[in-house]
Amino acid sequence: MEKYGLYVPKLAPQKEYFAPGHRACVGCGEMLAVRQVCKALGKETIVINSTGCIEIVSSLFPDTSWEMPWMHTLFDNAAAVASGVESAIRVMQRKGKYRDGKVNVVAMGGDGATFDIGLQALSGAMERGHDFIYVCYDNEAYMNTGIQRSSATPYGAMTTTSPPGKKSIGQATWKKDMPAIAVAHNIPYVATASPAYPFDLMAKVKKGAELKGPAYIQIYSPCPTGWRSAGEISVKLARLVVETGAFPLYEVENGKYKLSMDFEKLRPIIDYMKPQGRFRHLTESDLVLIQKRLEDQLQELRDKSNAN
Amino acid sequence: MAKKVGTEASFAVADAVKLANVDVIAAYPITPQTHIVEKLSEYVADGELDAEYICVESEHSAMSACCGSSATGARTFTATAGQGLELMHEVLTIPASSRLPMVAAICNRALSGPLSVWGDHSDLMGVRDTGWIQIIAENGQDVHDLTIAAFKISEHKNVLFPVMIHMDGFHLTHVIEPIIIMDQEDVDKFLPPFEFDNKLDPHYPVSQGTYAPPHIYPEIKKAQDVALVNSKETIKNIFKEYGDLFGRYYNPVETYMADDAETILVTMGSFSETATLAVDKLRDEGNKVGLIRVRLWRPFPFEELRDAVKSVDSLIVLDRAISYGGPAGPLCSEIRSALYQEKKRPQIISFISGLGGRAIDPEHFESMILHGQEVAQSGSNNEYEILGVRE
Amino acid sequence: MLSWKDIPRGAIVTTPGSAKEYRTGDWRSQRPEWDLAKCIKCGLCYIYCPDASIGWNDDGYPLWDEYHCKGCGICACECWTKAINMVEETE
Repeated sequence: MEKYGLYVPKLAPQKEYFAPGHRACVGCGEMLAVRQVCKALGKETIVINSTGCIEIVSSLFPDTSWEMPWMHTLFDNAAAVASGVESAIRVMQRKGKYRDGKVNVVAMGGDGATFDIGLQALSGAMERGHDFIYVCYDNEAYMNTGIQRSSATPYGAMTTTSPPGKKSIGQATWKKDMPAIAVAHNIPYVATASPAYPFDLMAKVKKGAELKGPAYIQIYSPCPTGWRSAGEISVKLARLVVETGAFPLYEVENGKYKLSMDFEKLRPIIDYMKPQGRFRHLTESDLVLIQKRLEDQLQELRDKSNAN
Repeated sequence: MAKKVGTEASFAVADAVKLANVDVIAAYPITPQTHIVEKLSEYVADGELDAEYICVESEHSAMSACCGSSATGARTFTATAGQGLELMHEVLTIPASSRLPMVAAICNRALSGPLSVWGDHSDLMGVRDTGWIQIIAENGQDVHDLTIAAFKISEHKNVLFPVMIHMDGFHLTHVIEPIIIMDQEDVDKFLPPFEFDNKLDPHYPVSQGTYAPPHIYPEIKKAQDVALVNSKETIKNIFKEYGDLFGRYYNPVETYMADDAETILVTMGSFSETATLAVDKLRDEGNKVGLIRVRLWRPFPFEELRDAVKSVDSLIVLDRAISYGGPAGPLCSEIRSALYQEKKRPQIISFISGLGGRAIDPEHFESMILHGQEVAQSGSNNEYEILGVRE
Repeated sequence: MLSWKDIPRGAIVTTPGSAKEYRTGDWRSQRPEWDLAKCIKCGLCYIYCPDASIGWNDDGYPLWDEYHCKGCGICACECWTKAINMVEETE
């Protein structure tokens, strides 16, 4: 990713397609990511949203935060609805029944809607090769229903359905490697991004939109309510997560890996976990185990990156 | 020029969809719907139909893709049956409440368990309350005509509801009959292109599917219900228009020898035709029986039904689905409910038969009617009777 | 409140961005204050605001939207020169 000595955020597209007045929590990292994604996509976009925080906070009849065409149906089918929209536009443009020109069809869903209940629809849409982007806003649990665990919840995290206790460490399985599943579908573009690096995020979203075929972009979305962290450090967490290796940033273009940011040495994971209440029950040995795993993970990505 | 050909009813459905120049088809294969979608795939592959056929990975995704496609303003079609309809169930209320026009051919199939690929109405009854317009076909000509008419009904600006055409699995879908396949010119005269004013378009941003807390949800639902009830007028008008143009008239309730009947059998679906043979035979023997066939299931044809049963003494309602532990077969429950307030109420007897594809011969129909007349005379302790089952 | 007769078909919303009318500014218990002497007009506060409540004026200095700002404090946390201070909201 391009290294900026000092960011120049004012060069980002100025139009806000995601209007304020939405009912997100104070300091919501997910809405920040949505705002940046919409800036990257621009006017010629149709958004298909699955049920979750984004949909609930942005659309309370008759209010809507969306200044682009937007459709919500259910929790588990954003990718399937997007397939229908994309196919409809394609055939209608061919038959002269729809305005000419490229329309970005983007399906947006949380980690629950993507990794779990909507996985089948996403897999089908990717396999069929529809020209659309799928953006997963990963806040690592089912936040909108009250912080229950999903398969994106990291090892050791506290959620209401994986609470730590005498017989439990909290979440007992490791985070599902969803980008790898997307790569396995042989789609042109897979990427991970974080709202703390807005230009990297916007460049990746734009690239996914421009490349013909399915694109999968997973965006790390800090949730102060679910993670028991302060609202003001949401962007800081989005930066720490990358610096500690807990959410590495990379792209996979036609199967070729490329790390977006690498570090000589990862920051200790405690820096990332301490400000979050959801990890406060973890012991020294838990942290050592997690640190080791993250380092191995990053090394794997490095190896894949260097192999090109 | 329209021509009469010997063809399978499934193919007649596919032909209707082709004639309607559908834009998007999203379907998942399930017995006994497969012939419809296979034929459509052929048409698309050969360029006879310019459409996108999305080979979705489940029925749930089929209906979801249809929602997306219809919302974008494309003419949309899907088909399914039995378990597939059940899997779609979660999505079914969406096009009805968001008012997305589309047509779905439902090849009525028995629900599991045990697994049965054969026809009955259990899947049909399962989706009764989803808010779709539902029309029943009885023979090959029906499926062809009604599928074409369904697009016009669904996309009409006074309707804008999704439409299901129900056809009995195997008993109707797989029979070969002489069917008049419509002419493209005629269909183009009858069916205008789909113009959807609130479609998803970046130049006119709309938000579809916002959420509604208790302070507004009931208002939204009442508005939906009133619109569905009011759509009956347009449905009847379009049926009339079809008849005036092409000579085949369809009605919300069809009658056969019902005017002076004392006993009327009420059926729904392809068995109705077999029942007419029994009615003829019994009439020859001096038994004043008649037949009523329900064609428009939702919105329910209250007036037409009450009109048809004005002077009758007893109604025998045949259901092809069970409402386990319930008051009667589902069709019978609705008919009893529709006639409850009438000053002169006929006796209404509930029989259930033909489950899981079990055939009902004309002889069975005869004995059913006679048995029904007995029950009408002597009364019964049962809410309903399941007939044709070995004791 | 709307009668059932006034509900648009399919409960569709045809007024994009209508959420702007809702005053999320009422939520905040603290508000950002800029020390313009320290501000380098980089725009980080603008790009990091989840509620799009910071723009900039003709001189390039931050323009604060008090109607929508929820007072989360991300801007103060991210400002490189610590030009933003969160103070208690007294309104």
